[in-house]
Amino acid sequence: MTDVLTPVLSDIWDAEASWTLQTYREHGGYRALAIANDMAPGDIVNLVKGSNLRGRGGAGFPTGLKWSFLPPPDGGPRYLVVNADESEPGTCKDIPLMMANPHVLVEGVAITSRAIGCDHAFIYLRGEVVQVYRRLLAAVREASDAGLLGDLRVTVHAGAGAYICGEETALLDSLEGRRGQPRLKPPFPAVAGLYARPTVVNNVESIASVPGIVLGGAEWFSGLGTAKSSGHGIFSLSGHVERPGQYEAPMGITLRELLELAGGIRRGHRLKFWTPGGSSTPILTQEHLDVPLDFDSVAAAGSMLGTRALQIFDETVSVVRAVTRWIDFYKHESCGKCTPCREGTYWMQQLMHRLEAGQGTPEDIQTLDDVANNIFGRSFCALGDAATTPVTSGLQHFRDEFEAGCHTPAWELFPPEASALESVTSNPARTPKEVTA
Amino acid sequence: MTTTQPTPATQLVPLVEVTIDGFTTEVPKGTLVIRAAEDLGIAIPRFCDHPLLKPAGACRQCLVEVAMPDREGTLRPMPKPQASCTLEVSPGMVVNTQMTSEVADKAQEGVMEFLLINHPLDCPICDKGGECPLQNQAMTAGREVSRFHGVKRTYPKPISVSTQILLDRERCILCQRCTRFSDEIAGDPFIDLQMRGARQQIGVFDAEVLGFTGSSPVGPAELDESGQPFASYFSGNTIQICPVGALTSASYRFRARPFDLVSAPSIAEHDACGAAIRVDHRRGVVLRRLAGEDMAVNEEWVSDKDRFAFRWQAAPDRLLAPLVRENPDGTGDLVETSWGDALDVAATLLAQRRGRLAALPGGRLTYEDALAWSSFTRGVLGTNDVDFRSRAYGSSEEADFLAARVAASGIGVTYGDLENADVLLVGLEPEDEAATIFLRLRKAVLAGGTRVRTVAPFLSRGSTKMHATLLPAAPGTEPEVLASVTELGGEGRLGVVLVGERLAAVRGGLAAAAELATRTGARLAWVPRRAGDRAAVEAGLLPQLLPGGRPVADPAARAEIAAAWGAPVPETPGRDLVGILAALASGELAGVVIGGVELSDLPDPDAARAALEAVRAAGGIVVSLEVRASEVTELADVVLPVAPPVEKAGTFLTWEGRPRRFDEVFETPARSDAEVIRMLCDELGVTLTATEPQLWRGERVALGAAQPGPVPAPGEGQAVLATWRLLLDAGRGQDFEPHLAGTARRPVAMMSRATADALGVADSPTVRLRGPRGEAEYPLVVAGVVDGVVWVPADPRDFPSTAHLGVRAGEIVEVAK
Repeated sequence: MTDVLTPVLSDIWDAEASWTLQTYREHGGYRALAIANDMAPGDIVNLVKGSNLRGRGGAGFPTGLKWSFLPPPDGGPRYLVVNADESEPGTCKDIPLMMANPHVLVEGVAITSRAIGCDHAFIYLRGEVVQVYRRLLAAVREASDAGLLGDLRVTVHAGAGAYICGEETALLDSLEGRRGQPRLKPPFPAVAGLYARPTVVNNVESIASVPGIVLGGAEWFSGLGTAKSSGHGIFSLSGHVERPGQYEAPMGITLRELLELAGGIRRGHRLKFWTPGGSSTPILTQEHLDVPLDFDSVAAAGSMLGTRALQIFDETVSVVRAVTRWIDFYKHESCGKCTPCREGTYWMQQLMHRLEAGQGTPEDIQTLDDVANNIFGRSFCALGDAATTPVTSGLQHFRDEFEAGCHTPAWELFPPEASALESVTSNPARTPKEVTA
Repeated sequence: MTTTQPTPATQLVPLVEVTIDGFTTEVPKGTLVIRAAEDLGIAIPRFCDHPLLKPAGACRQCLVEVAMPDREGTLRPMPKPQASCTLEVSPGMVVNTQMTSEVADKAQEGVMEFLLINHPLDCPICDKGGECPLQNQAMTAGREVSRFHGVKRTYPKPISVSTQILLDRERCILCQRCTRFSDEIAGDPFIDLQMRGARQQIGVFDAEVLGFTGSSPVGPAELDESGQPFASYFSGNTIQICPVGALTSASYRFRARPFDLVSAPSIAEHDACGAAIRVDHRRGVVLRRLAGEDMAVNEEWVSDKDRFAFRWQAAPDRLLAPLVRENPDGTGDLVETSWGDALDVAATLLAQRRGRLAALPGGRLTYEDALAWSSFTRGVLGTNDVDFRSRAYGSSEEADFLAARVAASGIGVTYGDLENADVLLVGLEPEDEAATIFLRLRKAVLAGGTRVRTVAPFLSRGSTKMHATLLPAAPGTEPEVLASVTELGGEGRLGVVLVGERLAAVRGGLAAAAELATRTGARLAWVPRRAGDRAAVEAGLLPQLLPGGRPVADPAARAEIAAAWGAPVPETPGRDLVGILAALASGELAGVVIGGVELSDLPDPDAARAALEAVRAAGGIVVSLEVRASEVTELADVVLPVAPPVEKAGTFLTWEGRPRRFDEVFETPARSDAEVIRMLCDELGVTLTATEPQLWRGERVALGAAQPGPVPAPGEGQAVLATWRLLLDAGRGQDFEPHLAGTARRPVAMMSRATADALGVADSPTVRLRGPRGEAEYPLVVAGVVDGVVWVPADPRDFPSTAHLGVRAGEIVEVAK
């Protein structure tokens, strides 16, 4: 069974003090940088293009292609910004990666910077994870002190914990010290990004995959996974599985295979629904167990691969309750810039709480569906779309549970104690949270 | 809905063909879809979009369906509806708006529904009700009945953004027009978005909320009178562009319904910028003023003074009936009388003293009124003793400059010229003294077309916002600095020197500016402070100048004017303001006809008062033409009331020389200066044909070479005073506007660290300035002012003025703790 796994990024997570430069070098760390330093920048770009590495932040845009969008050098600065603002509910890959092996990211940053002609790279980290922040700072310091980074400056920036700052242009605004809200595109970051200079924004896992590609070659990387989704990826399983955690496997693995690795669904229970890539990806069900987890197959199944954050829910879970929590999140995290997302999530939250409390009406369900459709494709950035997916996919697969919300509270149909992984104190006052402005 | 005509293209831009709702049109490359649709007469609903602000794409009301040809030319629909306010046209683009696309229609209805779920729908008590884009568009794109049965977002209401601007947050649809205006146009970051998501709201700067500890970024110089930081002179524009009733003004709130108001276009009277305004009135009372739209002048913006300061025209101290002295011998109180009686008395008094009279018409006249004064002075009073300036400084340099470089110079530098220019400001702070110029310069600088340098004692807040470079000059040293400027303009930029009226106080200043313009090939424009100053120069309200730039000394010029007016023109050049006052005091003159002159504006108010008292004591007369009772009224024998701008028609001339014709807003019995003068002439049996004379082709008054005076040298405990009048101050045109007054800047004294150390005041929070007439205490702000100079505002409200100190700009003032 272990041969299904392809530990590359996670290879040394179990090593003693895996986050130190010494351990990393003992396991071959920074060899890729040495090779890359002897390569022409354009060759590195071509190598990554040839590997067919697709962005690991969710959208799956080819990484090498993105780099090649930068205009020719004009003598001014060009920036690499690593998006480490991992905030998607269910997504838990970048933070453990940076926690256990920050140097693979730093090495990737150094190689990428060389490829794109960047002297100053930034890692925009979600601010709540202080331990990871410290490890990144230490890793950059170690690498710099060891002379590995040459003239490259790497700045690790701790964000203030806003979901919107994972959107690349909002991230850039936030990094510049402004209010984190998405920018109008065009101009795209490749043309006018950080401080209005050509900028590449990449996910942590994408950049961390670069050293492996340099060492193993494009063919090795594209030999993993499927034709259109090559390479390895971290699959994070959470929820009602026996052994939740990060499983690094080739793209195109199925949930069935992953569940085998993870010891299956919680003992005595069965799969009800799951997200392939975090809360922003439409939920799937039992019938999608054998869908290959690559960009195109998941899309064909009506969802998105996203960040490969597989949240697994067994039959004890109320879909209405789960969707309500997700909508609470999106309402709380809407940046407020555009009307559909700001007002639509505010409205959906009230509708969901009514349905959860069994106080909904058939009109509410219809309105909910329509509100979601009025947000989808109308918002300023993709986060508005994301907020609607739990609702529309929930309605698509489990409409009867929403209808039950017109007469019976979700906590009566699906007592939350049954879903709990550990014993919890039950809360008798389970009234909907008061909605305040 | 705000729509505008597209600005005329200044450069040739390639055209792009685009089809909207089946109509094909060609628009310049770079045009936004929403603008292209306007071109075709298709109105796409919008809130955040504003043609003079950068695209935001925030409200999403303007969504349309778009298809574009791919490389093979096959039309490919875009998967999602697009915001037409952010999308530029591309060749072959096909757009379907709500008129022809169900998708667009559904999207717009959806957004409208979203906007309304948290809106209070309190239109019946909202100022905007009846003229509200949200209300109007809700009528066309909204549902009849709301589907929202939940809890609306509410806030305590309203927030005072300033004493004038109130914010009802629950009405706000977060389009960011106000914050974008403040950032992009005015440059005053006094409001911004705060919080996020459904709790996102417009808020004001608050050091406490933002967690500033220790040194606050806000010093006393950045507080307004009410204590708010970062107040703006242009905040009223945010009310006007707010597409809902979230921003209202304290002075108009709950006062009227838009549909009860009658609107009339007019021209702002507070400065020489000629900003277009709209006056809204109801039953003879002006209730508010709005910015008018004139892309050649003020675009769509006006200063808060132009917008909010109008009650002076209907003030309780308005003179409505003529006044004469109780007793025929000129003694006793002023009493109201009939026009017939007052004209009779005035005519008799004037006729007895013809040839020994002077005129001080003031600087607030329309061109028509100024011409009437000019012809009356020459043809009836029989003198050239006339001076419109109330701030004349005694030398003939200013009068010569006006005659040589300003009079009959036509339209010189224009607002449009400022957009691609190398501008040098001398003795002029546009934000305070010519707000419309400030906005145009700032726009041009940010767009990259213009650079600004300023000859001033320090870089003011306004100059900072224009990214101006400071050419430091202590008052009195301006000619020296001007002489050192070697290049102005070039590289495709027009060189422009803008001189303020204050430069006249510096000997050799105006001449040095004129020499600089000649030396560098730059164009020179004189930017006075008052709406009537330029017209007065054109009408010849100066002792050596006749209308159209004709010198009094030229017989041919006098003959032309005499023919045009049907009256003789005296050949002796007249006295200027200072000379007139001296002659009144000495008894050489037997009387004066005086217009809108505030004695406190004059170089020496006490001496002026004494002169008017002296002439009456010696049997002379004072005839006053005034809108409101003033200090002069009390000293007058006859007072003839005249109309404020709102009640008369006329033409202001801007600093550019551009005529700004306006009609009376409503009819009242009030008469313009010209009408009163005509009645007076009738009473005197004189007929003047005050026609506009032909173009003068003869010699002009010559401006001599710059002869700078001695530079003031402050001794121990002294500094040179720098000062000017701020936009909002104690000016009588701002009377009865307490909400506006609260947004004026707090008076402070500014000086450099070195000066403060030398004066021994560096550790003192306040500083005391003493002049020959009085003293005043100001909060001290240490800033980058030229050494040896202290700056204070000239005439702050509820605070001693520099006239109270008895010190003028460029003079020495005592400074102590």
